[in-house]
Amino acid sequence: MTDLTSLTLAEARDALKAKSFTAVELTDAYLAAMEKARVLNAYVAETPEKAREMAKTSDERIAAGKAGALEGLPLGIKDLYATKGVHTQACSHILDGFEPTYESTVSANLWADGAVMLGKLNMDEFAMGSSNETSHYGSVVNPWRRNGSDANLVPGGSSGGSAAAVAARLCLGATATDTGGSIRQPAAFTGTAGIKPTYGRCSRWGLVAFASSLDQAGPIARDVRDAAILLKSMASVDPKDTTSVDIPVPDYEAAVGKSVKGLRIGIPKEYRLDGMPAEIDALWQKGIDILREAGAEIVDISLPHTKYALPAYYIVAPAEASSNLARYDGVRYGLRVPGSDIVDMYENTRAAGFGAEVKRRILIGTYVLSAGYYDAYYLRAQKVRTLIKRDFETVYAAGVDAILTPATPSAAFGIGEKADADPVEMYLNDVFTVTVNMAGLPGLAVPAGLSAEGLPLGLQLIGRPFDEETLFTLGSAIEKAVGTFAPKRWW
Amino acid sequence: MSVDTATVRRVARLARIKVTDDEAERMTNELNSILGFVEQLDEVDVAGVEPMTSVVSVKMRRRQDVVTDGEDAEGVTANAPVSEDNFFLVPKVVE
Amino acid sequence: MNMAVRTPDPKKLIKGATGDWEIIIGLEVHAQVTSNAKLFSGASAVFGAEPNMHVSLVDAAMPGMLPVINEECVAQAIRTGLGLKAAINLYSVFDRKNYFYPDLPQGYQISQYKQPIVGEGKVLLDMPEGVVEIGIERLHLEQDAGKSIHDQHPTMSFVDLNRSGVALMEIVSKPDLRSSEEVKAYLAKLRTILRYLGTCDGNMEEGSMRADINVSVRKPGDPLGTRCEIKNVNSMRFAAQAVEFEARRQIGIIEDGGKIDQETRLYDPGKGETRSMRSKEEAHDYRYFPDPDLLPLELDPAWVEGLKAQLPELPDEKKARFVADYGITPYDAMVLTLERASADYYEQVAKKRDGKAVANFMINELFGRLNKDGKGIEASPVSPEQLGSIVDLIGDGTISGKIAKDLFEIVYTEGGDPRKLVEERGLKQVTDTGAIEKAVDEVIAANPDKAEQAKAKPTLSGWFVGQVMKATGGKANPQAVNDLVKAKLGIE
Repeated sequence: MTDLTSLTLAEARDALKAKSFTAVELTDAYLAAMEKARVLNAYVAETPEKAREMAKTSDERIAAGKAGALEGLPLGIKDLYATKGVHTQACSHILDGFEPTYESTVSANLWADGAVMLGKLNMDEFAMGSSNETSHYGSVVNPWRRNGSDANLVPGGSSGGSAAAVAARLCLGATATDTGGSIRQPAAFTGTAGIKPTYGRCSRWGLVAFASSLDQAGPIARDVRDAAILLKSMASVDPKDTTSVDIPVPDYEAAVGKSVKGLRIGIPKEYRLDGMPAEIDALWQKGIDILREAGAEIVDISLPHTKYALPAYYIVAPAEASSNLARYDGVRYGLRVPGSDIVDMYENTRAAGFGAEVKRRILIGTYVLSAGYYDAYYLRAQKVRTLIKRDFETVYAAGVDAILTPATPSAAFGIGEKADADPVEMYLNDVFTVTVNMAGLPGLAVPAGLSAEGLPLGLQLIGRPFDEETLFTLGSAIEKAVGTFAPKRWW
Repeated sequence: MSVDTATVRRVARLARIKVTDDEAERMTNELNSILGFVEQLDEVDVAGVEPMTSVVSVKMRRRQDVVTDGEDAEGVTANAPVSEDNFFLVPKVVE
Repeated sequence: MNMAVRTPDPKKLIKGATGDWEIIIGLEVHAQVTSNAKLFSGASAVFGAEPNMHVSLVDAAMPGMLPVINEECVAQAIRTGLGLKAAINLYSVFDRKNYFYPDLPQGYQISQYKQPIVGEGKVLLDMPEGVVEIGIERLHLEQDAGKSIHDQHPTMSFVDLNRSGVALMEIVSKPDLRSSEEVKAYLAKLRTILRYLGTCDGNMEEGSMRADINVSVRKPGDPLGTRCEIKNVNSMRFAAQAVEFEARRQIGIIEDGGKIDQETRLYDPGKGETRSMRSKEEAHDYRYFPDPDLLPLELDPAWVEGLKAQLPELPDEKKARFVADYGITPYDAMVLTLERASADYYEQVAKKRDGKAVANFMINELFGRLNKDGKGIEASPVSPEQLGSIVDLIGDGTISGKIAKDLFEIVYTEGGDPRKLVEERGLKQVTDTGAIEKAVDEVIAANPDKAEQAKAKPTLSGWFVGQVMKATGGKANPQAVNDLVKAKLGIE
């Protein structure tokens, strides 16, 4: 039998339907692959028993002709998602031992469609990071290496475990979340496809909150079609999340492979950064050429407030985080470090429970909301956000269907390489992705080539609100031209 | 605007995070670096611009006034570091 | 805020060593919204369950939980706003008020800071000197906190989150009150309005209505003094006492050359004094910002109109109508409309009867008797029908007013149809002039000297009337007795 883990999610789905193998066999193949790949540190909790049990149920449903859309397909779940009775810690020390009595809406949607859970995936602590080095469970290792080098690279973050697991064939697909680029940046670093849907497309209920107005769930998958299949199951309106939107979920897979003829693609001049590596520029040009040749119309556009998105983000996101993370106080769940009185207990618990990056953001957020600074920072940032959104509305109103940009300003970097750098340098990783969160728009990262060093590079497609379909169409056109990418197995 | 170590200590106290002298020193530098970075927002003319309240333009849905939850004190306290008789226990609070 | 709309009333000033002082008072009343479920979760809002039984995952601030607003709580706030003749804001925003406390699981309270659901309104107080208008600054919705119990363990506090997330309305008055009497009247009136509307049960003992009282003092005409806030007062009596004490405390300090520190204080009913709560003062910086989990609350004007159309008649309107329709005094109308149930009771009886007579009987007999038993009108053993027939019996001369009191007591304690009771127990008023005449003759015959005196001093006839009434067991028609006594004594 060929290695079952080499199949894409769509292929595995069709093979299960054709009864070429069983869901239990498929699941076992993944459990074996996970065991051999522990050096990548992609999973923080493996759930083999649960996986086999779910796979067995799937086989019964397939036999009974009652298969769901994802029946028997093994997936990895980011540790940010609440999974009932299973490790859910957002990879933070402060949630030590936390096992929720509830299941997040998005993961529940996946199980309802028949998917199988392999375990919980590593991530930056509370999704704060761009390299997966802030996890309490240690860094994730990117399955990709530079040509002729055995140096370990970061997979990007915060969904580094999700991206690495998908790239290394340790699951068919993975759930992830994106607050400033946490799906698209790691997808670009690992040669995988990842989509951050429109804000409100997926329920946030049961997702450990980082920044409520920016957080959005989405999939990381091997290719565009797989991402489309997964998003269809993940998305729903949820009465438990009033920011989820009551718009029917279309058949995203049907958008894959459609013609791009006549679509107008905007190329924003503000994304051409000073000092941007030539190969990123070249990759972007390649994407433009591919879409033009496929029949799309390319237009130059301007998004004048682009450069302010990242600084505004570093006010809004930490402000919301400082409040969202106040509940981790050692009273109702997770870590408690004793103290001489209640305040001392709080301070000890939070000092020991949060890592350096999380503390940094809580302090920034607390500061910008504190008396006397609110107007200068938070209010101004939210006004800038209005302007950023307006930029996009203007170009969409002028007939642009989607926008093409690079996904990241560089390829994956080495673990520890930026450890001593200024925090702002790390934040610049999200310079192309963060505008999309600030405006609540959908963004798809799709692999478009390899760097001179042999590392994957990605392009980003930004769409109109709730028009993920156009992104899947355009993404699949790029994919068709450049193919898909897989790392050489070294682990 | 920049912050000094005393401000960082005050903010850490507000956020209930204990910081050592070294940490306060380091965080002061980091915070100033971030505050320096966000300072470029001052260039933006925001006169007459409404602050964003929501990226999605929908009306907030509401729930009906029906009891659908609760009645599970054990479940609620299941993850508590210290609990007794379904109460959460904390170091004594002096009023 | 309007600062000095009222001219100082000399009767309300406090005499100090250096002259008269005016007390300036504003109240923030927290009223628990009457609803089945909490403001943002589906857990029960009912008081008094086992620890943490009325707690949802949202109330316990489990990771990833989100608030969803309860529509009825919004409707209740709007009804209350309409009842306070206030502006309803069709666009309002929920903010987070951030602070750490063990009974605040989220680490923030969801409240409304800059854009509340209800704007300016007013409350009218019936004071002895006339009607006083108290301005309402705003009303907003917010979450209640849980409860910490400190006496269960030597070193630990016990936290129960049953109250956590219950909907509260914070009703903020303008600094328009000037005396402890007005504070009491304001709280009573507010409670009356809330109960009429059915938006809060007004039960101060269970904590469903609590007041934070801002007190400052000044010499009449001076700018406002520094205020102190007395937190969490849960009875009208304590509120009045706290204001009295606090005003005198402040006057004492200022007159001794001191300065008032703006601070939060607590009223200790045992000692009858307020004391500083400095422990809670530390580093107040609530870092308010709009809650990103909740969209702005936008109201459909038609929905608000619908709520308005279904609003019950409110105490002020009812009072005015009682005066107009039943010819009773404004004071009686005020007493009768204090509780909606009393007003309803009254109307049931007064319809097609003499409104004044009914009002008198209710206020003097029924309310007095219920009060004695500590009962509310809902628990009255005498039904409106029974009370009505007692009033009828007086009206048609079947019984005297005195007998009516006895009959009322019988109906109150034993029950029964008043008309039948009158028959069975022989309570009927004697109108037979022959019988009355006989009794009058007997009394006069037994007291010849008094009869003689009465001719010179006509007021003595009252004594004879009383003797006759006594002799007839109160059943004689007093008017007939009166007439006969006068005729027989030869008094005009």
